[in-house]
Order: sequence, then C-alpha cells, then structure tokens
Amino acid sequence: MKRWPVAMLQDSPQLLEWVYRCTAFWFRLLNPLWKRIGYERVARVMIPLEIVTKKPLFGCQMCGQCTLHSTGMTCPMTCPKNLRNGPCGGVRADGHCEVFPDMPCVWVQAYERSLRMPIYGPEIHHIQPPLDRRLEGSSAWVNWVSGRAHALEMVWDD
Amino acid sequence: MTEGKLVAGSRLERVLRSGRFAVTAELNPPDSADPEAVYERALVLAEVCDAINVTDAASARVHMSSIAACALLVRAGYEPVLQITCRDRNRIALQGDLLGAAALGIRNVLCLTGDDVGAGDQPQAKRVFDLDSIQLLRMARIMREKGVFLSGRRLDVAPKFFLGAAANPFVPPYEWRPYRLAKKVAAGAEFIQTQLCFDVPRLRAFMAKVCDIGLHERVFILVGVGPLKSVKTAEYMRRRVPGIHIPDEIVERLRKAGSARGQREEGKRICVEIIQQVKDIPGVAGVHVMAYAQEELVAEVIEEAGLLPRPHRPTPPSAVGVKGPKDNQKLAPYVP
Repeated sequence: MKRWPVAMLQDSPQLLEWVYRCTAFWFRLLNPLWKRIGYERVARVMIPLEIVTKKPLFGCQMCGQCTLHSTGMTCPMTCPKNLRNGPCGGVRADGHCEVFPDMPCVWVQAYERSLRMPIYGPEIHHIQPPLDRRLEGSSAWVNWVSGRAHALEMVWDD
Repeated sequence: MTEGKLVAGSRLERVLRSGRFAVTAELNPPDSADPEAVYERALVLAEVCDAINVTDAASARVHMSSIAACALLVRAGYEPVLQITCRDRNRIALQGDLLGAAALGIRNVLCLTGDDVGAGDQPQAKRVFDLDSIQLLRMARIMREKGVFLSGRRLDVAPKFFLGAAANPFVPPYEWRPYRLAKKVAAGAEFIQTQLCFDVPRLRAFMAKVCDIGLHERVFILVGVGPLKSVKTAEYMRRRVPGIHIPDEIVERLRKAGSARGQREEGKRICVEIIQQVKDIPGVAGVHVMAYAQEELVAEVIEEAGLLPRPHRPTPPSAVGVKGPKDNQKLAPYVP
C-alpha cells in the first residue's frame, strides 16, 4: 500500500510536468557551471538525489535516459518489457499487465496521464530512440544537460 | 489506396499495391530438424494465400527458427513473411539477422515486440527486449533507406524489405490504439497484421478512427482472423494466450453447437462470417488467417469465405537469387 502523498503526486501529472519544466530550466541555466565543475563530480551529487526522488515517486530504474515528460510522467522502465514507445499487444481486458496480472499496465496509466498534461502530453506520440545501455546507473539529469543521452540521435532521426 | 513504387517487390507487396484483397496465413515452424515438416505445413497454405507468415517462437515456445523456416520456404518457391521479435535478441543480433534474411531471399518482415518469456514453457529464460517493436521497425527502415547500421557504419548492400508491424485493437488502452498504429507507420510500417479479431464492432470503431486520421492511405491493414476448434480451445486462448479477446457470445455459440465435430464446424462458420464482415470495412486491405496447428482448416476457411483463387504470381527461386538443392523442388512442388 502506497502512502497517500506519494500516490497523490503520482497521479498529478499536471503538477509533475510543471515541476519538470522548472527543473529543466534551472539545469540548463546551471550547465556552464556544471561543465566547469566537471560532470563527473556533479553526477556524484545528482545520483543519490535522483535515487531518493525518482525511485519512490516513479519506481525509477536508473536507466540514465529519463523520458518521463514524454511518457505521461510514468516511468516506461517499470514495464517488464522495458517498452519505450507504448503498450504491447498483451494488455489484459482490465488494463493490467500481461507479465504481472496484478500490476496495472504502465502504458495504460501513462496514456491517461498524458491526456491531463497540457505542455508535454502530446509528446507521448514521439518515437523514442533505443536506450544507451552504458548509461544505466548514471545520472539522467547530467546526461541530459551534457548531451550524453542524445548520442544515437544522428542516425536515428529521419 | 497506397499505390506507389515497389520497395521490395515481394508478391505480398505487389498484391497489396495493386489494390487486390490480400490473404496471408500463419505457419508455426515444427518441433523438428526435418525440413519436410515445414514443407508439409506450407503445402496446404501456399495454394490459398499470397504469403505465409512464419512465427518466431510464438507464445515464447521454442520451434525451428523463423529465419530458417522462411529460408526453406523461399527455396521451395513460396513467399514467406518473416516474423522477428525483440524478446530473444539484442540489436546486434537483430541487424545481423535482417541482413541474413535478405541474403536468403526473404522480402517481407513483420517486426514484433514478442510475447513475454513467462507465456512459454521455459519461463526461466532471460527476457532481452533491448529494442521495442517500433525501434526495430525504424532500425530496419534505416538499414533499408540510409544503408547504414544503427552505429552509422555503412552497408555494402542494403536489405530491401517490405516492412510490417502488428496492431491489437482489441485490448486497452482502446482510444490510443489508432495513434499507436500511427506511430508504427511513422517508424516505417508499410503493412499491418492485427491480432485475432472476434469482436467486429470493436474493429469497426478502431478502423473508423484509423480512416479518420488518414492512416488507411498510408498503410495496408490486414485483419487477423482464425477458426476456433472448440469451447475448450476458446477458453484456453482466453486464459493463456496474451492479447486475445473473445466475446462471450462467440463462446456461447460454440457451446450450443454440441459435439466436437459440431463445434469445429461452428468455429469455422464464425470465422467465415467475420471475414465477410471485415472485408467490407473501409480501410481493410486483407485478412491474415491464423490457426495454431490446423493448417487444413485455414484452407477451408479461405475457400468458404470466397477468397479463391488467389492472384498467384510465383517467384521462382532463381529470381530471388537463391540456389537451393535441386531435390527441394521435388519436396514441395509449387502449385500455381
């Protein structure tokens, strides 16, 4: 049983996307400073910070390539198949997971929440590139700001 | 509909682009190292369909690999659709397999995520899922169009595939399913084969939305259909096969049919009726007939639905550059 403030936050995508927007703004602003300090050093602070915030809230798996705002503020890595682009064809009639019948499908939740997100909601229709598995366990925030998370996109985009 | 330049020149592609109603059928590779077993199953199907889908360890149960079974079909002059899933292979293996498949003369590929390992008889296995179906599609498209691997390294000869993907309009989130299809089309899908349809009203609603957003003009949609052998099969599929939705009315109809023989006939009748209803839904370009381990039944269904004869244009093995052993022609004669 989840404690109510966590459950309530999880189901407030409009609030979470606003938080994301503010954080993203500040991180981008801080980028030159981070660069001077050294991304490695910043990551040492950021990784524990990400673990204590994103783990209880989203079930973060530390894939290092956070795409929460494009997936209805619901972590796609909690899908047992790690699908990044939407639900598989195995979703049960009650909206639960093919693999774990007791778990609601991550993507059913993601879609419902994306509809309540005025800023980033439509991004659920974007195609997410394959993961860079080397980034597992690293800081998604630092990867995003430093551009490490976008290494593959040159070939990927049409 | 989606006329235009041929990308792979496969028979399936030609049938679809010419605007004819296409019929594909599913073949489950045997639990055998004997090529005869593949030919036997294909023989029944080849006469009644435009292309044969070869499953890739469906329900996570091991059978002969789909690439090998497809290669056998190509050698014998049949037209296979290679089903390839993300469950068992990472991106390195997938890219290698795509090149190998093209070299073996396979021209149609259906990119799937794959059933979870837990659905099969070896749930101890590691689930890979390095890519998902949409990423696999886009990767195959990049290899074809840009002639490069995912790393950007150049290919000497790009694989020319007619690219397909699956859709399941019969499970939640229903409203998103048409948009998910749109995503697959954006990723590179040129044809779609849906999960088994037993719920025509649901399909109708899905197709209405698909036409509404103009997808029927950009992709060929083949609706999955299949005969149910008995009430027991229906119950089993409902319980154990992921993503299958069978309404109660259908099971009730089967139950009323009584004897095993009666149920088999009723199952066939239901399937024929569904095909006839589906045929008239705007945006439907064909049907994909699936019947696990009852290939003869598939032939009967296609015949009774009035979908014969097929506009056959056999591709002789030599035309696709595959030199098979001579006696393969004897093993599985192509019947035009």
